[in-house]
Amino acid sequence: MRHTVSVLVENRPGALARVSNMFARRGFNIESLAVGPTERHDVSRITLTVDCPADLLEQIEKQMHKLVNVLRVSTLEAGEAVERELALVRVSAEPSRRAELIALSEVFDARVADLGPDSMIFEVVGTPEQLESFEELLRPHGLTELARTGRIGLARASASRAPRPQHVLR
Amino acid sequence: MKMLGSDAILRSLEAEGIDVVFGIPGGAILPLYDAFARGSTVRHVLARHEQGAGHMAEGYARASGKVGVAVATSGPGVTNLVTPIADAWMDSTPLVCITGQVRTTLIGTDAFQETDATGITLPIVKHSWLVQDVQELPHVLKAAFHVARTGRSGPVLVDVAKDVQETEIDFTYPHQVDLPGWRPPAGVHPRQVREAARALLAASRPVLYVGGGVINGDACDELRELAEVGGIPVIATLMAKGSFPETHPLCYGPPGMHGSKWANWGLNKSDLIVAVGARFDDRVTGKLSAFAPGAKVIHFDIDAAEIGKLRRADIPVTGPLRLALAELTKAVREEEEPGHEGPVAWRRQLEEWREAFPYRYRREGDYLKPQAIVETLRDLTLGRDDVVWTTGVGQHQMWAMQYLVCDRPRTFITSGGLGTMGYGLPAAIGAKAARPDATVVCIDGDGCFQMTCQELATSVLEGLPIVVVIVNNGWLGMVRQWQEMFYDNRFAETHLTHQVPDYAQLAEAYGAAGFTVEADDELEGVLEEALTCGRTAVVDARCDPEEKCFPMIPAGAAAIDVIEFSEEKAVEA
Repeated sequence: MRHTVSVLVENRPGALARVSNMFARRGFNIESLAVGPTERHDVSRITLTVDCPADLLEQIEKQMHKLVNVLRVSTLEAGEAVERELALVRVSAEPSRRAELIALSEVFDARVADLGPDSMIFEVVGTPEQLESFEELLRPHGLTELARTGRIGLARASASRAPRPQHVLR
Repeated sequence: MKMLGSDAILRSLEAEGIDVVFGIPGGAILPLYDAFARGSTVRHVLARHEQGAGHMAEGYARASGKVGVAVATSGPGVTNLVTPIADAWMDSTPLVCITGQVRTTLIGTDAFQETDATGITLPIVKHSWLVQDVQELPHVLKAAFHVARTGRSGPVLVDVAKDVQETEIDFTYPHQVDLPGWRPPAGVHPRQVREAARALLAASRPVLYVGGGVINGDACDELRELAEVGGIPVIATLMAKGSFPETHPLCYGPPGMHGSKWANWGLNKSDLIVAVGARFDDRVTGKLSAFAPGAKVIHFDIDAAEIGKLRRADIPVTGPLRLALAELTKAVREEEEPGHEGPVAWRRQLEEWREAFPYRYRREGDYLKPQAIVETLRDLTLGRDDVVWTTGVGQHQMWAMQYLVCDRPRTFITSGGLGTMGYGLPAAIGAKAARPDATVVCIDGDGCFQMTCQELATSVLEGLPIVVVIVNNGWLGMVRQWQEMFYDNRFAETHLTHQVPDYAQLAEAYGAAGFTVEADDELEGVLEEALTCGRTAVVDARCDPEEKCFPMIPAGAAAIDVIEFSEEKAVEA
């Protein structure tokens, strides 16, 4: 089963290496990984997607808790979190076919980020599943390059496990 | 107070109460050694190889319960420390390694003796720091000692750039440590403990399966009280040898690959395993899916990640073992009916197995028997509370585990998880530094001895006399045993010979006393002399090259199918 794990780490050199090394050495496979700043300059958020059974997920969480730079580990349950990913997609497109492609992209709220003489780049934000659908849709039209950020997420306010800000750091 | 970074390191060690460190100087750590030259209450023991220094620090830590400290230079200095760090990681030994790093301006340029120390050790430390700013140094050292000794203890590394050691700092040692992400559990869940007590009293075949964590957690007295209150048999692993008195009627010794049949059967036929600071290692469980199929599991550990890692726990209890066991004993007392005697029939059953399947070996033959060497050492030191044993890894280690009797914690020091050959001799030197009053005896193999024997110089010159008894069978004995049993007698590259080197002469060359013994009737006299000579002594006890270690659970087999000595022929067939 696929799980999204959100990890708050101290913003220090090597913090990401420690997390990713722990995964590698214990044989846990990371499907997607995104790192970026948070509302605090000294804290970064690592969002990981892993495909594993529940007992292995528990072991992953416990092993991450042991890392000194790791401040908080929470699993984002499907349906209880807002999850997003951004993709940039280059499609080879002669001027005659642009209108058709733009019409397609509108279904996904994609934006034209760059326009060249024989190609264009779409920018699309959505759930990872939406991005996959968009990718499949464009593929027959000559998708030549793709970059995805990896998923990020935050628990919904309504979710029982929403982290309360005052508990993020002790 | 204004001082150099190098002096600040020593003042920090002093503030931590460190009395001795083990190390070797080199380019990138020279400023720290210059600080030693300026004076410190910290004693420096000069090793001959960084691996030796690391194992000495481990031996010191295991014998004393304090944090061991090893010092090395950059590059090859720190790579030589990798084995002790990995060893300390596997056996949860508190260890702080302080290493020099090239100057901050040279980091990342492949400078002379530069290696990515924090990178190389990343998977085998609790945490590590590369210090590039002298202002961070006091806080990093404070945090390093804190992390090494709190929670599940283990190794940390502090890599200090050379120019940081040479830079002036206005030094004060911090009182508080600032580690928001390091929160080892401080309490235990009362409801879980209550549930554990009820399960314990309801069980008809309970065992306490005790690991090294009970020694690291300083919970041996609490363990004893629990066992006595509940009348529960104690099966203590190799790492827990001595945590529970081995002369105690409730002690049923070590289980596992070369543990006794009664301990293995006890674990595997129990209906309730109370795991305490133990981690269901493959050398204990054998084939995991077949391990103790009828047992419920209560798992106590300071490290939540150990609970449920290999065996599902029916009642998990995370927290410090000392508190956990004290609370459990209290709960058992409250819950038990008056006159409760514990599992009487079960203890009788274990006794019957112990009677029926004792450790045994064939005493006749042309050669000295390795088991007899260990038995003689045991008998010569019987009842003494000032003997500390260390071992290498292999057959001799297993015989030491089987035949020595340890009634006190921190008197049996061995490399369990990593199985580091060469651990015993330097660990003995470290133990001697921790316990100058004690007679420290390293029971070693001939293969192991040759991996770190250069440290005899350290023992002799630093005034840290130890007794090394080489159970010399002329082979890499455990490997030979596997080749004989599982590789159809193809003895590839395991023959070391009894004669080369001449260990007694080698010892003499180092300024130690050397002894050689080959005959049964001379054994006791020679060992007695070595134990009482008051100087570093090496006994080359030449013994049977073909002797195998039994009982044995073949790798991958179910622990219940432990092979007895008497069944040896059946195995070979």
